[in-house]
Amino acid sequence: MVQFDSVKEAIRQALPDAEVSVEDLTGGGDHLQVNVVSSQFAGLSRVRQHQLVYGALKDQLATEAIHALALTTATPE
Amino acid sequence: MDSNTQARIEALVKSSPIMVFMKGTKLMPQCGFSNNVVQILNALGMRFETFDVLSDAEIRQGVKDFSNWPTIPQVYVNGEFYGGSDILIEMYNSGELKEKLEIAVAS
Repeated sequence: MVQFDSVKEAIRQALPDAEVSVEDLTGGGDHLQVNVVSSQFAGLSRVRQHQLVYGALKDQLATEAIHALALTTATPE
Repeated sequence: MDSNTQARIEALVKSSPIMVFMKGTKLMPQCGFSNNVVQILNALGMRFETFDVLSDAEIRQGVKDFSNWPTIPQVYVNGEFYGGSDILIEMYNSGELKEKLEIAVAS
């Protein structure tokens, strides 16, 4: 279980311009769909883009506050 | 990660052109994300090998350090880390995965 605001906050600390949306996939608060749009992803491989987001959420993943994370990343249109 | 675990992971990723570290087996995936990857590779008719991380705690943690990637499943193609479930789904939907894997396994 994790506060969605703290997820957004953690991602914006790493990627200040990020637009972040969080959905709860199961209603349990720990299986999340997170979509991140940031100009900082420009030119990076998808693996690198996801690594940036995973890095920002490292603590929340390590403690299993987030148990499962489905992630999409994109650059602004 | 100790050097033995590192060496075992290096050997595993090179053991097959497409190698998947997953929870469970091809026939009985133990996690929805792992199942996604198996279904995608099956749908593309790809031959691939899997390693069940639930059977080995050292590999389970070690592979995350190996790729600097915190989740399972992990897909390696010709020894290179390709991504997890989300990236495979995205590449499958765009048609990119079929194209890239066919080239990768042919070479």
